[in-house]
Amino acid sequence: MSATVFQNARIVDPARGIDERGSVIVSEGVILAAGAGAHNQGLPENATIVDCQGHAVLPGLVDSRVFIGEPGAEHRETIASASRAAAAGGVTSVIMMPDTTPVIDDVALVEFVKRTAHETAIVNVFPAASVTKGFAGTELSEFGLLHEAGAVMLTEGRSTIANALVMRRALTYARDHDITIAHETQDPNLASSGVMNEGLFASWLGLPGIPREAESIPLTRDLMLAGLTGGRYHAAKISTALSAEAITRAKNAGADVSAGVSINHLTLNENDIGDYRTFFRLSPPLRTEDDRLAMVEALKTGAIDVVVSSHDPQDVDTKRLPFAEAEAGAIGLETLLAAALRLHHNGDLPLMRLVECLSTAPARLFGLPGGSLKSGAPADLVLVDLDAPWIVREAEIRSLSKNTCFEGARMQGRVLQTMVAGRTVYTA
Amino acid sequence: MTNASFPLYPHRHLLGIKGLSPLDIETLLDRADAAVAISRQREKKTAALRGRTHINLFYEASTRTQSSFELAGKRLGADVMNMSVASSSTKKGETLLDTAITLNAMRPDILVIRHAAAGAAALLAQKVSCSVVNAGDGAHEHPTQALLDALTIRRAKGRIGGLTVAICGDVLHSRVARSNIVLLNAMGARVRVVAPSTLLPSGIEQMGVEAFTRMDEGLKGADIVMMLRLQRERMAGSLIPSVREYFRHFGLDSEKLKVAKDDVLVMHPGPMNRGVEIASEIADGPRSLIHEQVEMGVAVRMAVMEALLDPRRNAEGGEA
Repeated sequence: MSATVFQNARIVDPARGIDERGSVIVSEGVILAAGAGAHNQGLPENATIVDCQGHAVLPGLVDSRVFIGEPGAEHRETIASASRAAAAGGVTSVIMMPDTTPVIDDVALVEFVKRTAHETAIVNVFPAASVTKGFAGTELSEFGLLHEAGAVMLTEGRSTIANALVMRRALTYARDHDITIAHETQDPNLASSGVMNEGLFASWLGLPGIPREAESIPLTRDLMLAGLTGGRYHAAKISTALSAEAITRAKNAGADVSAGVSINHLTLNENDIGDYRTFFRLSPPLRTEDDRLAMVEALKTGAIDVVVSSHDPQDVDTKRLPFAEAEAGAIGLETLLAAALRLHHNGDLPLMRLVECLSTAPARLFGLPGGSLKSGAPADLVLVDLDAPWIVREAEIRSLSKNTCFEGARMQGRVLQTMVAGRTVYTA
Repeated sequence: MTNASFPLYPHRHLLGIKGLSPLDIETLLDRADAAVAISRQREKKTAALRGRTHINLFYEASTRTQSSFELAGKRLGADVMNMSVASSSTKKGETLLDTAITLNAMRPDILVIRHAAAGAAALLAQKVSCSVVNAGDGAHEHPTQALLDALTIRRAKGRIGGLTVAICGDVLHSRVARSNIVLLNAMGARVRVVAPSTLLPSGIEQMGVEAFTRMDEGLKGADIVMMLRLQRERMAGSLIPSVREYFRHFGLDSEKLKVAKDDVLVMHPGPMNRGVEIASEIADGPRSLIHEQVEMGVAVRMAVMEALLDPRRNAEGGEA
């Protein structure tokens, strides 16, 4: 494999706390050196030289919450199409949710995902497996065997485990196998038929609302159980200040917990629903501007550890419906980085912290390679023009599904090149 | 009545009261006043919409609203078709859009839709090239009901501004309440809602109303009491404990009405649950405007359809 040298780059590497001008030297699929002094050890022979013109080289993004339609709904997204979307968005690793048909709750299915990814994907695709068989919420799936087969996370995907005893046992048993349980929490009774955030806006639209407490009540239960069992717990997608406070309390009490937030909940609010725009029907629902600001603050304080796209392809059949009948979810792999850079450009969050939440932290939390530009790390990286303006156009979306929340949105910051294990998988 | 005597209605559809100006509302009510006269003539048919096609698309069962629209269309001389769409047989959403596209190809001039999902009328309006009238979409809006209520009030009291109107009952699930709250506020009435807290929507105090949970407080000094229908499926269970308890606290009878103004008038959008939200002595008594509401319904729907299909709009080169 040939060597590449990225010269004249702004290198941002949260794993080492580096934000400096320098070079990144890639050879045989790994990073030889990255930083101001990288040239000191000499350049590999026949290296391709890339003049970055001061643009940023970041560790490739690690997106720990990606829904894909394969197997079962390949018309919405395949592993291959999702990987192309990821590459275009600067995402070099994804954790694929087990919400497929059938549910990924079995070793053979984990192997299917790994094999399909190996044969068709241009970025790293890591399977997650379900906590309970068939998402039924009762019997545990085979944590040990699934982990050995390559599942990097256990999660009930879009579902919430209602039974506290099942959650307790899952956390206890997962501890023995050193695997994280990632959980989206929404109390099904309290959320009831709700389709958007409860409040004045939902009342005017005549849509049933979901109170914030529907997320925080089962989350608080889970955090207590994480404390009780010592299991490793990740609150996969929180959306309220109440939840962030609960996470902070649990962390301070020494529980092994972490939290994620979707890019949508950091950049949008319920007003974006406007006149029943179903692409903005999400789970958890988009909440108020105050909640959005609370999520940004929670990233800053460290209550929240990772940012995810929560990429969730839906097609015309599931989205071109009256709001309450449409499925929740939006795609996001291609816009994750650009949307996140809004927080950098408007001064909400330092670039270093942003990259940490998008890459370094998820890689570390879920035990994945990547997330850093240290020498010896896999050469998963992205070259970004942090300032280039562009407009999201449906026609240019690579995902098979087009349900983006950012159609027509103005972005600042564009991926120029994405590299996975030293191989260029995307160039603008 | 002639179009020339009224300002041009500036919208292509009637999807809700929200978005209408007080002038839009006044104009529709003035047109409706003229339509009342037509309905009271021996010869009730006009040629205003002759050659126009009006389709009723009702996904929810409705006797009075559908027949009111049908009669309105016929009195204006339009060709009226009622599409029978069984709400249970197919997945509603798919049917809605498929049906919209199919119907559009038949080149109707006006589509009247009722659907159980909030936003259904707006969704339909995006897909068709004719005018759309919302005849009720979930718990969102029912604009012609609010207009007919306003017309009834204006004719009975001579005005709307300055009146105190108490809307009582299941506000949470009521599209009638939402449309009325918007309209009455726009016309300068003081609006109250009276209901058990479990039947009030979140954020009600920011919706331009004063909220009460006791009838004796909410009806005090009211000029108009508007009762809402309590849906059968809400009558027992977690929202209210029982019909008996509901009627005791929120059912309108002459005792509860005593605290209102002496000349208070009572309204109900129908169909009524006698003995649940309203006592027969009130519904059939001298204070009741319930029959007037039904008559005004036809007039308001004539006014709306005539305003939407005002030929001056086409003359200006607008697209229907």
